[in-house]
Amino acid sequence: MDIARLIRVAECEWRLPQQGAMRVPGVIFADEPLVRAMDDKVPEQLANVASLPGIVQAAYAMPDAHWGYGFPIGGVAAFDPDAGGVVSAGGVGFDISCGVRTLLTGLTRADVEPVKAALADTLAARIPAGVGSTGALRLTPSDMDAMLAGGARWAVAQGYGLAEDLERTEEGGTMGGADPAQVSAAAKRRQRDEMGTLGSGNHYLEVQHVASIYDGAIAQAYGLAVGAVVISIHCGSRGLGHQIGTEFLREMAITAGAAGIKLPDRELACAPIRSAVGERYLGAMRAAINCALANRQILTHLTRSAVREVLPGARLALLYDVSHNTCKVEEHVVDGRPRRLHVHRKGATRAFGPGHPDLPRAFYTTGQPVLIGGSMGTASYVLAGTRKSMQEAFGSACHGAGRGMSRHEAARRWHGRSVVDELAARGVLIRSPSWRGVAEEAPGAYKDVAAVGDAADRAGLAHKVARLEPLVCIKG
Amino acid sequence: MAWEHFAHGADIGVRGIGRTRAEAFGEAAVALTAVLVDPLGVAARIAVPIRCDAPDDELLLVDWLNAVVYEMATRNMLFGRFEVRLDGHALAASAWGEALDRARHEPAVEVKGATYTSLSVHERDDGLWVAQCVVDV
Repeated sequence: MDIARLIRVAECEWRLPQQGAMRVPGVIFADEPLVRAMDDKVPEQLANVASLPGIVQAAYAMPDAHWGYGFPIGGVAAFDPDAGGVVSAGGVGFDISCGVRTLLTGLTRADVEPVKAALADTLAARIPAGVGSTGALRLTPSDMDAMLAGGARWAVAQGYGLAEDLERTEEGGTMGGADPAQVSAAAKRRQRDEMGTLGSGNHYLEVQHVASIYDGAIAQAYGLAVGAVVISIHCGSRGLGHQIGTEFLREMAITAGAAGIKLPDRELACAPIRSAVGERYLGAMRAAINCALANRQILTHLTRSAVREVLPGARLALLYDVSHNTCKVEEHVVDGRPRRLHVHRKGATRAFGPGHPDLPRAFYTTGQPVLIGGSMGTASYVLAGTRKSMQEAFGSACHGAGRGMSRHEAARRWHGRSVVDELAARGVLIRSPSWRGVAEEAPGAYKDVAAVGDAADRAGLAHKVARLEPLVCIKG
Repeated sequence: MAWEHFAHGADIGVRGIGRTRAEAFGEAAVALTAVLVDPLGVAARIAVPIRCDAPDDELLLVDWLNAVVYEMATRNMLFGRFEVRLDGHALAASAWGEALDRARHEPAVEVKGATYTSLSVHERDDGLWVAQCVVDV
């Protein structure tokens, strides 16, 4: 990106001045090398988002920002319904409530290394992953609606997991305001065989060890110590979410003009929050959030069973479940005044700081965990939301390393088999049904997650707590 | 007639090229299949009818590709060959394919949906039609 068009406001903060159709400025949180490396679509898309009706304060880009659909991936934007604010299906994306949950295991690296291969094979056998994989659960229509209304709470009631998992999930495991009636028959049909499946692409289940601790006090509160083993699951709302995204993107693109919204980019399809289609989308999107929460809850149950087959004494406790593709109604202070805003986070994670009333008691003094995925060969990070984060970008942080090269290019450069062998030689066992899928997800195809995590910390978006490194990676 | 992939940071662009709009649409669908598997490895055993219509060609292309995605997902099938007929902005097609066999086909990644990014349906200077967009994987 040509940084001449930006004004540097702080070490890790850059302003895209408000001009033309923009109603607010754009703000990019990143250090200079990261900003220079960002593609040219980031400032273009940021300017487009900044031109949408009812946007408040600024259009934000996280340190991992890259070319997305309408919104940059790593984009945050909040809208005020009282100011004609909009909700955008493109601002949430096709994988509604894609997110990460991390489970503490009580195990150490020394416990896992001797049985690593058996653990990898058992997880691969028990966790449905990849194209065409199906879950064991088949929901009747009324079960489906109950799941869409109840989310992880519904899953726990069905016997998938523990009641204490819910407290450690955003929204307490159930997204309020979900309206299963707004979810189409096609979306429900597409979900029919997919409950409790991991998906493919950049989705994964990873067994990790805590390699470094950056903040001892918060790490202890989170239950993390060097050498501890955790398991992270990254996936979203599966076919149901994709179908809802597809359908509402289309409807909003077609109706935007009549609603008086000039779309600079059709992908930015949106509707006034206070409109029939806006309200229907919110009802459906919240149902999809519940679908993602239920899905990760079922996968947690499957993971617990699988791990206990290999390590019978293991007790897996949920640290936290975070989502990074959502639109949430939240209260934020803007110019000294509290306002209820619809906050879109597209490839961005909520990062609420200490004292936030929506957080479970366990995180009251620490702020919430922010779980950042890297690539399967490098590392992931645990950060903590801060009070500063609430003022920076409505309590938001990045979500992952972001791709540094296209899938096309990655599949040309690497062979899946060599990637698997190289990682195995370094002690990381990969299990995937597709060699090309592995090549497309090769570590070299991703940006440096360490740089992203550092920039998030220095920008005040979230505070680094721990670095996790992979031992086993199940990919779809 | 041909299909291509083109680069997009996080995902993949699919492009169909043909002598007519309909052929270009068909080739774009082959390009979509190629995101998962080699289309030549998909046998044309079963024909699935698909119909859609839209306010314009570009929305129609996205609708078409999303209809193919839906049929793949819900029938657990792959499609290697498409016969497409266009009448204005209405499409009627037969998608030919077979049941997905994970061991034989080794599908790489699932397509979540077709997007409006890099979306274009246009006639080139050489008279060939191009139909393209980015798909989210």
